[in-house]
Amino acid sequence: MTQSIERSLATTPTFSALKCRECGETYDLGAKHVCEECFGPLEVAYDYDAIRRRVTRSTIQAGPLSIWRYKDFLPVSTDSPIDVGTGMTPLVRANRLARQLGLKELYIKNDAVNMPTLSFKDRVVSVALTRAQELGFTTVSCASTGNLANSTAAIAAHAGLDCCVFIPSDLEAGKVLGTLIYNPTLMAVQGNYDQVNRLCSEVANTHGWGFVNINLRPYYSEGSKTLGFEVAEQLGWRLPDHIVAPLASGSLFTKIYKGFQEFVKVGLVDDKPVRFSGAQAEGCSPIAQAFKEGRDFVTPVKPSTIAKSIAIGNPADGIYALDIARKTNGNIEAVTDAEIVAGMKLLAETEGIFTETAGGTTIAVLKKLVEAGKINPDESTVVYITGNGLKTQEAVQGYIGEPFVIEPKLDSFERALERSRTLDRLEWQQVPV
Amino acid sequence: MAVKVLIPTPLQKFTNNQATLECDGGTIVELLNALESACPGIKARLCDDAGELRRFINFYVNSEDIRFLDGKDTALSDGDEVSIVPAVAGG
Repeated sequence: MTQSIERSLATTPTFSALKCRECGETYDLGAKHVCEECFGPLEVAYDYDAIRRRVTRSTIQAGPLSIWRYKDFLPVSTDSPIDVGTGMTPLVRANRLARQLGLKELYIKNDAVNMPTLSFKDRVVSVALTRAQELGFTTVSCASTGNLANSTAAIAAHAGLDCCVFIPSDLEAGKVLGTLIYNPTLMAVQGNYDQVNRLCSEVANTHGWGFVNINLRPYYSEGSKTLGFEVAEQLGWRLPDHIVAPLASGSLFTKIYKGFQEFVKVGLVDDKPVRFSGAQAEGCSPIAQAFKEGRDFVTPVKPSTIAKSIAIGNPADGIYALDIARKTNGNIEAVTDAEIVAGMKLLAETEGIFTETAGGTTIAVLKKLVEAGKINPDESTVVYITGNGLKTQEAVQGYIGEPFVIEPKLDSFERALERSRTLDRLEWQQVPV
Repeated sequence: MAVKVLIPTPLQKFTNNQATLECDGGTIVELLNALESACPGIKARLCDDAGELRRFINFYVNSEDIRFLDGKDTALSDGDEVSIVPAVAGG
């Protein structure tokens, strides 16, 4: 009894209900993700006046060095959320990549080093599992293309929650191993991600588990707003001119937008236009196709690309991502698998950041947009790198160099060094051809 | 033509909390009409005012999205399984 009173007291100030994004119908703050009237997605409704009264730049700066410094903007009521150091990843000024592309002010938001599992998913899972505990779940689950599986399994282990994870059976070895180590129940489904998702929707209906991206989705997806908050704070409490981010379900993209809007709404940053551009792999580009064809609906596709973490053929938030790209004067582009590998290498060689295929997609789209004149060189541009390359090593195997194997003798080293310089020269000479 | 239909949680209040139903129909459109006679009110949740399937809902016939088949005109055979699944976020 006391507990529930305390909970409701703590809850009322910043969030109070779930609200349908389509028809506006409101619901209690339970584990529910679709509107019963129109099947539109449910979102958390906040009291922004209460947030404005409570939050200032200095209260945020005095908070923890994690996503929980923005707790007043997140849908949890506890004072002790699950904090495994998630968030506050580096915003790197990318001068060498900028020079190569002909841009003047380029930043990389580097979630390849997010904690604890090296992708942006730790943000959404930290929020979802904190909320899952508040709602009384003891088993958590997810449908995943890999990164979400790693994150859910790891943070569930930390929080002492039972965990059952569903993935497509053809995932990269690193993502499978990086899930199993935390000892969840792992279901490798013989099918693509959209089929995994469908199965999970049916399981969520029957087993009473907290699925982070299904019945906990309204809470889960809010965690991505912190990618907007952090960039604004790290730029010195201002918004950039242009952002480029990968598009899978479209959720991350729309939540970065929402994060910026909320900071404007409560007076933490000045309002200004920010252009939103999205990146997809050609082998799974339903949102990019709709953008190109001027459609306001997204037709599902069957994915076939090395960028498995963003291979969602039936993107739930695709139409919202389309809308944001259009109304902010941004673009949505797609690149080939070869361009994705080149993008991964380009970021590694110019900035020392090893990203996974989704990051290669984003860098390749950045390059394509610059070359097409769709990013102005004077714009301050932030590129979101959301995952780590050590998890998708298969993708670049065979496209990178090999070590010089030498004897432990000085002359063997000298001969190899000479050979490497010759190879460098040959490569350099090939460039103009 | 008896078809098994999997009903998502938000619609189970129309089906006496049944998660599956047996229904007749040679196409998705016919199936929707049969569902409506069995569970009045359910069709308006699945279709908009113009009678088109709502965009946040997915229909699968034996695991295949009907948008890869013939949409709401997709033909159904005896013993087919039709799942109705709300859109899901990803990653």
